[in-house]
Amino acid sequence: MQRHLISAADLTRDDAVLILDTAEEMARVADRPIKKLPTLRGRTVVNLFFEDSTRTRISFEAAEKRLSADVINFTAKGSSVSKGESLKDTAQTLEAMGVDAVVIRHGASGAPYRLATSGWIDAHVINAGDGTHQHPTQALLDAFTMRRRLVGPDAGLGKDLDGRRVTLVGDILHSRVARSNVDLLHTLGAEVTLVAPPTLLPVGVETWPCEVSYDLDSTLTKSDAVMLLRVQRERMNAAFFPTEREYSRRYGLDGDRMAKMPDHAIVMHPGPMVRGMEITAEVADSGRCTVVEQVTNGVSVRMAVLYLLLGGAEPAVTHARPTEEK
Amino acid sequence: MSKTLIRGAKVLGGEPQDVLIDGTTIAEVGTGLSAEGAEVVEAGGKVLLPGLVDLHTHLREPGREDSETVLTGTRAAASGGYTNVFAMANTFPVADTAGVVEQVWRLGQESGYCDVQPIGAVTVGLEGAKLAELGAMHESAAGVTVFSDDGKCVHDAVIMRRALEYVKAFDGVVAQHAQEPRLTEGAQMNEGVVSAELGLGGWPAVAEESIIARDVLLAEHVGSRVHICHLSTAGSVEIVRWAKSRGIDVTAEVTPHHLLLTDELVRSYDPVYKVNPPLRTERDVLALREALADGTIDIVATDHAPHPHEDKDCEWAAAAMGMVGLETALSVVQETMVDTGLLDWAGVAERMSFKPAKIGQATGHGRPVSAGEPANLTLVDTEYRGRVDPAGFASRSRNTPYEGRELPGRVTHTWLRGKATLVDGKLT
Ligand SMILES: [Zn+2]
Repeated sequence: MQRHLISAADLTRDDAVLILDTAEEMARVADRPIKKLPTLRGRTVVNLFFEDSTRTRISFEAAEKRLSADVINFTAKGSSVSKGESLKDTAQTLEAMGVDAVVIRHGASGAPYRLATSGWIDAHVINAGDGTHQHPTQALLDAFTMRRRLVGPDAGLGKDLDGRRVTLVGDILHSRVARSNVDLLHTLGAEVTLVAPPTLLPVGVETWPCEVSYDLDSTLTKSDAVMLLRVQRERMNAAFFPTEREYSRRYGLDGDRMAKMPDHAIVMHPGPMVRGMEITAEVADSGRCTVVEQVTNGVSVRMAVLYLLLGGAEPAVTHARPTEEK
Repeated sequence: MSKTLIRGAKVLGGEPQDVLIDGTTIAEVGTGLSAEGAEVVEAGGKVLLPGLVDLHTHLREPGREDSETVLTGTRAAASGGYTNVFAMANTFPVADTAGVVEQVWRLGQESGYCDVQPIGAVTVGLEGAKLAELGAMHESAAGVTVFSDDGKCVHDAVIMRRALEYVKAFDGVVAQHAQEPRLTEGAQMNEGVVSAELGLGGWPAVAEESIIARDVLLAEHVGSRVHICHLSTAGSVEIVRWAKSRGIDVTAEVTPHHLLLTDELVRSYDPVYKVNPPLRTERDVLALREALADGTIDIVATDHAPHPHEDKDCEWAAAAMGMVGLETALSVVQETMVDTGLLDWAGVAERMSFKPAKIGQATGHGRPVSAGEPANLTLVDTEYRGRVDPAGFASRSRNTPYEGRELPGRVTHTWLRGKATLVDGKLT
């Protein structure tokens, strides 16, 4: 593992599997009466959010608190912080306070990378989503959810997603979730297909380690997991697609389409969902849809990431099985 | 007046010769010239070029004196071997009136390091809507002949047509910053494989190429000449090549950074590589070099764009676009064009002095190194190799993409009308 988690592309297969296995350990802690571990006692973690995202911040905060870290929330959104230099100023302030890790969410692609490499700060940097670049913990929780559902919580330990077929549908162009997932799923051996109208695919996508299709129906029958990405209504005003109705008809997942998927296949969404746009209520509320599990799993995965980056060699969970350390 | 004998210099890279400067002019060029009464500069095989001329410099004064002034910018120019720079109009206030261009011109005269020829804005406030008083700027003391909204594109086809036509009355030229604005909304870097991965807004090649295609056709239609600023793509090269083959009166420039750097560098998210037009791909770089060698691209222009440290010491999206270039231009051209065998030093003189002076109608610059000509000269140690250290820059700004990079060539002496502005690499 590297010192920071900036991009899902930085993770090796073994790193990723270790995180998923550790997350299983963390998930078991959540089932105990006392959910807290002493692992990060005395360590300070800052949640530095330059962009609103209550769900991601709460997920990190829950993970940090369950590991007994001291947590500082810093939300720059809405304050006078709007010019770029403030990232540096803020970083240096946090450095002076002696923080051990910074969880950063920023609207500018590359901001976490800058924070980690510019020499402004010594702390570990964890990317909680930057612009349209990366959101690596989202990809990890998605992979964790897939492994649990498609392989099994116990059977999956030590395993990757070799040969699983994953389809990502929606606004790939503006999606950090898509970029992170393509990188991580490829590393874990899955076969990824992106489905979107051509306007919502980046120029250069042909070099990504995945397939690209403009036709949702033909990929559904061959998918073990279908992940729908949020499509912002504003995109329609910039002529990415003509109308909401046409988008839903061509790329939305409804009950009829879901019926074409193999029986074991799951439906995923990073949230927040736009019901009626990319997903119908019928699909969102069905047993195949993992949205709620994804939220739960997000805490376990973030605990695992924090533990592995900051915790060092100490076992995360004291009753650890003898095999888990390898 | 004083005399200087430059002994044993390879004039335009040829056989070693002596060059005698008497007062403001070159008195004699030959071998075994007498040093009597003259200060001697032993050239020792260095290359002597006509003083370089930059058709595209941002001096930032008036308005952004925190990044550069006419004085610091002309000192940087002299350090880089330049004797004449054309100052772009995107200052605060914009150089769109006779008053502002005369102010910049006077500041240049006072600096004494390098002649400054102001460029006038094409449209009022660079807003692309209403023609600035082009005639008044031409008739002012500054004698403006080059007009540009650089930083912004004259995107309205009718305004561009009218500007091209209007300046014919006094043989002016419009220098176009070719960037279709709608195609580049939110653009952060070249659109392609790297932007897709980095999640940065794309600046597609077609946004440049479509404007160039339109403008060469407009120039043909109205019988005007047009100059294309900082051409950056292989496709733009093809369009200019086609236009020239049709006899359209178009000239084009390329920056040193587009001859050397690619968008792969943006992977660092270091805003020192953020520039407009953006760094492109290896394929574009090679096409630009070839085009500069074969004359499709006429000249090298620096697009020297100083920015204060804080405007680059931030995340990519918040950073300013641009790089300083005056003090490294010749080294980059040696690295990419001379040391690769694409150009000889006579070819460099053509593209960095003779031709830019001709396009901009600079008087007394871009002249041959021969008796009777103004003594605007640059002496270059072409054997030198060293790492770029921005701490040693004369420019007020340090935003160079070459920090720590080893480059060949070093300007040791510059003379402006016989007066040394740079001696042994030090400003006078
Ligand atoms: Zn420009």
